[in-house]
Amino acid sequence: MLHQVRLALPILIPLFTAVFCLLGWRSLRLQRAAGVAGSFLLLAAGLELLRSVSQDGIQVLHIAGWPARYGIVLVADLFSAMMVVLAGVLGAAISVYSVGDLNARHEIFGYHPLSHVMLMGVCGAFLTGDIFNLYVWFEVTLIASFVLLALGGTRGQIEGALKYVTLNLAASSLFLTAAGLLYSAAGTLNLAALAEALRGPDTPAGLATVLSMLLLVAFGTKAALFPLFFWLPASYHTPPVPVSALFAGLLTKVGVYALIRVFTLLFVTETAFTHNLLLVLAGLTMVTGVLGAVTQNEIRRILAFHSVSQVGYMIMGLGLLTPLALAGSVFFMVHHSIVKSNLFLVGGIAQRLGGSFELKRLGGLYSAYPALAMLFLVPALSLAGLPPFGGFFAKLVLIKAGLEAENFWIVGVSLMVSIVTLLSMTKIWAEAFWKPRPEGRAPGRGGVSSRLWIPAALLAVMTVVMGGASQGFFDLSLRAAEQLTDPSSYVRAVQGSEP
Amino acid sequence: MILLLAIVVGSLYAGGLYMIMRRVLIKLIIGLALLAHASNLLIFTASGLIRGRAALVPAGGSLDFRQVADPLPQALALTAIVIGFGVLAFALALVQRTYQVVGSDDLDQIRSTDT
Repeated sequence: MLHQVRLALPILIPLFTAVFCLLGWRSLRLQRAAGVAGSFLLLAAGLELLRSVSQDGIQVLHIAGWPARYGIVLVADLFSAMMVVLAGVLGAAISVYSVGDLNARHEIFGYHPLSHVMLMGVCGAFLTGDIFNLYVWFEVTLIASFVLLALGGTRGQIEGALKYVTLNLAASSLFLTAAGLLYSAAGTLNLAALAEALRGPDTPAGLATVLSMLLLVAFGTKAALFPLFFWLPASYHTPPVPVSALFAGLLTKVGVYALIRVFTLLFVTETAFTHNLLLVLAGLTMVTGVLGAVTQNEIRRILAFHSVSQVGYMIMGLGLLTPLALAGSVFFMVHHSIVKSNLFLVGGIAQRLGGSFELKRLGGLYSAYPALAMLFLVPALSLAGLPPFGGFFAKLVLIKAGLEAENFWIVGVSLMVSIVTLLSMTKIWAEAFWKPRPEGRAPGRGGVSSRLWIPAALLAVMTVVMGGASQGFFDLSLRAAEQLTDPSSYVRAVQGSEP
Repeated sequence: MILLLAIVVGSLYAGGLYMIMRRVLIKLIIGLALLAHASNLLIFTASGLIRGRAALVPAGGSLDFRQVADPLPQALALTAIVIGFGVLAFALALVQRTYQVVGSDDLDQIRSTDT
């Protein structure tokens, strides 16, 4: 029992960090130190969890010793553990960046405690093995993100927050509805027990499919899936850069994680309908997102639309539902979180040096700051899927899986979208970095603290490493995907460990 | 009884969705509140209604669980009510702030971040 406490650590560490930050409300220096220390502790806890899951298989913690059918369980399989590590990596990078970037007006109203409450909610959602508990973690994440988004209170932020809040609350009540109906249909909320009950003869297949569609709409809204993505481009470009980076890296991933979890564990009986629908939605998400990005002329808006487009790739692997395809999805999620946060951080530095996020007003950054240009180029090319970076290998795996499943149209769509992504990245490159600085535009504030450079540079290094050591990442993703495609291992782990 | 509650739940969903699609900010909040109530009531109804028999095990005795009301959906609804209350309080504050910043409660005026 005691050694299983490592499952609770990724939830407890952000909780205590947030409490510590609240206790040190009056001292920004204390809050910053606690915020950075807490994020690195979370990263360490995530790595330890990943090590133990990779060594000893799926880990389960029965909270308060209740049997799984009645109590709440925390379950960490490889996929969960990888996502927790990812939350730690982004939390650590962004907490350092935010110390250098945020002004006191944001920090004084609780940026540090809120960001850790959000990390707690995200890690809780990744680790829980109970569908109602998942709802609670979603709400924890949401309410922290609502406040983070509105922090600062400019008109754009308030308007973005209003749309974000409305759509996410509507999705939450759908999720709650689905959870209630699942309980009345199966008599349990535990994911492992639900997986068994939904496959059993007592549950009509039609009911399971209806419930899966309710959850698809609820999680699809949070994951920004077509046609439910409108809140994302309306809100992600409004808050301060660290908040945008945190949201782009983690928030939509929670929705994608929940989709992958329920559509590999619970609803795998009617795949001809559900997973083909997922594939179609994935294709539409890719295309609409990337077309939206092409029409934009502001760095953060372009990046926000690309977030939508890339969600399509993650769902593509889920729709194909082979181990290789899911490995591609997992690999792509890890890659995309790092790359997209990195691009937001680099965009923030570009805004400090060039004085704007608008491409029209930027220019000449390549000749003035070649290091920044390189820092942009690595994640941008990786996002478009060019070798030798991580994004190339993630897309390669997905496309190979698509060809093996003989789903040629989705492969064609994903390749086309990659080209348009490259076009859109080239646009930022040509406008912000290559063209001469527009007449009459004074350069920005000039000096940028190393607290901004170091996290951005480290994330770029990770992208390169993901390309160089892609075999290692792929093997890990494939093992995670094999656990996902074999739900019985999850069920056995939960039920076999009952106290 | 179940039929009556089912109609109530359905009307709450319909009313909530209708209010969300209106143009006035405060109606948006009312719509969200109605949706939350609809899901709470649905959780409560869907798991079966048994009146007047709480799941209390008498001292030294035993209990036939089919004869008593299931306490878990009640706990779920309570949790959801508390969460919904907190979220709604935030949403109200946000709406008030929106009205101050934008100077209008017409949702059609709130589109400066749209693309």
